[in-house]
Amino acid sequence: MLEIMEGSHAVAEAVGYCRPQVIAAYPITPQTHIVEALADMAANCRIDAEYITVESEFSALSACLGASAAGSRVYSATTSQGLALMFEVCFNCAGMRLPVVMSIVNRALGAPLSIWNDQQDSISLRDSGWLQLYAEDNQEATDLHYLAYRVAEDHRILLPAFVCFDGFILSHTYEPVDMLTQEQVDGFLPPFRPYQKLDAADPISFGLFASPDYYMEFRYAIDQAMNRARTVIPEAGKVFSEMFGRDYSGLVEEYRLDDADCAIVAMGSICGTVKDAIDDMRNVGKKVGLLKLRAFRPFPVNEVQKALKGVSTVAVLDKNISLGSKGAVALEVRDALYGTQIPVYDFIIALGGRDVRKKDIAAVVAHAEAGKGDTYYGLREEVLK
Amino acid sequence: MAIGLGCTARPGKSRDNRTGSWRVFRPEFTAEKCTKCGMCKIICPEGCIAEDEEGLPVPDYDYCKGCGLCAEECSSEAIEMKKEEK
Amino acid sequence: MNDEAACVLFDSGHRACGGCAAAMAARLILDAAGKDTIVVSSTGCMEVFSTPYPETAWNVPWIHSLFENNSAVASGIVASLAKQGRKEKVIALGGDGATFDIGILCLSGAFERGHDFTYICYDNEAYMNTGIQRSGATPYDASTTTSPAGSCSSGNPRPKKDLPAILAAHGAPYVATTSIAYPPDLKKKVEKAVRTPGPCYIQIHAPCCTGWGFEGEKSIAIGKLAIETGLFVLYEMENGVVTKVKKVVRKPVEEYLIEQKRFRHLFKPRRNDAEIAKIQAIADRNAEKFGIDIKLKK
Repeated sequence: MLEIMEGSHAVAEAVGYCRPQVIAAYPITPQTHIVEALADMAANCRIDAEYITVESEFSALSACLGASAAGSRVYSATTSQGLALMFEVCFNCAGMRLPVVMSIVNRALGAPLSIWNDQQDSISLRDSGWLQLYAEDNQEATDLHYLAYRVAEDHRILLPAFVCFDGFILSHTYEPVDMLTQEQVDGFLPPFRPYQKLDAADPISFGLFASPDYYMEFRYAIDQAMNRARTVIPEAGKVFSEMFGRDYSGLVEEYRLDDADCAIVAMGSICGTVKDAIDDMRNVGKKVGLLKLRAFRPFPVNEVQKALKGVSTVAVLDKNISLGSKGAVALEVRDALYGTQIPVYDFIIALGGRDVRKKDIAAVVAHAEAGKGDTYYGLREEVLK
Repeated sequence: MAIGLGCTARPGKSRDNRTGSWRVFRPEFTAEKCTKCGMCKIICPEGCIAEDEEGLPVPDYDYCKGCGLCAEECSSEAIEMKKEEK
Repeated sequence: MNDEAACVLFDSGHRACGGCAAAMAARLILDAAGKDTIVVSSTGCMEVFSTPYPETAWNVPWIHSLFENNSAVASGIVASLAKQGRKEKVIALGGDGATFDIGILCLSGAFERGHDFTYICYDNEAYMNTGIQRSGATPYDASTTTSPAGSCSSGNPRPKKDLPAILAAHGAPYVATTSIAYPPDLKKKVEKAVRTPGPCYIQIHAPCCTGWGFEGEKSIAIGKLAIETGLFVLYEMENGVVTKVKKVVRKPVEEYLIEQKRFRHLFKPRRNDAEIAKIQAIADRNAEKFGIDIKLKK
């Protein structure tokens, strides 16, 4: 049913329909509306979940880890500083192959303190073994949660998943969202069937330590699961498409890329602005297209290679910077295109919530086509002086 | 051996590790002095003292590390630590 | 609960030092708690010596996550069990490092929220698994690798943190101290904690032969001396009020200190009367506060 909804509330409703048994989350801007909405649902018996008001994000994810190991579907949400505090637990969850699903309402990391959007937080955990999906709009943010649970809990995968969507830009804006019903979600997402769990009737030990003789094989096993996700995510997306008519079967999404000279690569809400900018540029004859990454982990290498095969210039928009190196998306796109002669230009953009307009996208394209890349876009010289 | 998903393991595997090989001294049990108080069995950190039908201690030397706690705590001096010849 | 099963719930083949009090504690705890128990261990000696992949000594469901989060993991498990309508008991097990220091945030949160679980600390008074570094539970003047005795130091400069009081202040219905030197006392208190609804705390004094510097066979003897000198008091608190205390005919602290290498610097190269007196004063204050002295008729 189509409703005008605030992103956070749409996500909270979606999570409610996923029937988590345990929710443990610590409030942090701009995630607060999600956890408040879920608390309200619990207080009014609209969801049947134990809601643990933990004392920190570290405890939030730890509680989710425990509840998942005990056999419950769980949920948490965080951002920025909170996610950074969870760093250790994130690696632990993935290593223990627990299918926790967590919303990341993308926000910049301090210092300096910032409550505004960029994607540094989730990207900084790209090594952790969590699946990472990025939403362009509130509809996608909502739907990706159903997809994330289904994929994470698949016994071929058994990895935790981030569903990332931009803080304030998506979480606090109102957009039309077609909410599924409980029955529809139940049809797509079956009850959680743990692969193994803490159970006195069949005791096992979780979280042994691994000596050098064993550690590498466990890490390799996670990578193999990541590899399988390259097919399991599209598979689940296709089922969703057949059931509900919205297509998430691609690890990437192409927009007007077929005959493009210049391709823009981006993730998240910026893609909306990029699409509008592309339409304007196309109207005056410029052949520009967008390669939107929906999945960042696993990184869609084959899809990127295939989509960018025919372009002459690639401009990557990175809402993050690996300080001392480049933006994470550009580095991975370059790796995917290794061996081709296609120039890939990295544009660090919109850090800490700095606004991006259509004219900025046009300027980025112009820079890339003039061979002026690997730069911070839009630095304010007067501030630097 | 199939790897335990997420580094898990089923019970029983610790018994593959025969810690009796650590031993330098070995506890010798004298049945005649034993009062069957059961204390040696309770305190053994390895849990390798069982009880027979008469209530007398039955040590499992596959796992006994020779720590000497049983001999030290036995109130009737029925256990003696002897250097083990290997 | 028969002892045969106790041997089975925490199995042989673990890699604890010979005479290890933590290993004794694990066996006694599971004997008291029974097989319908889920154990959440923090990183530390007990976790490391019991679970090198692919070996595990635990025959109950067991989970280890991180050093500092066993209380938070336990909170999640308790919530999950409640939702599933399951009846297993949850015990979070940690050393003094995990409990007093790095894990105190999660511990405080779990107790404040009132989850129905039992937290048991095996207190060997230092971070033993990483090589005997001081913790908030290290007693005054103990020499550890990060509070070593030296020409300008007499060892750990701080008294033992009073964690039982802190957790009682959180509203814990039952808090108790015990020791591996008194196995029936330990089992009784664990049983009581496990069957008392709400967050309960047990602190088990667990002398560490390797870390404290004595022979493994003396673990119980040393444990008894700790209580008999008044440096560690065995008591129970119910809803914040001390209800039961173990009384002793008190021995001078020297008898305890001199047996352990970690206090050797108080005696060699010469007696440090001033510091020994300070430790005696700690024991005297404990005796006064808890009323542990048995008054002998003259």
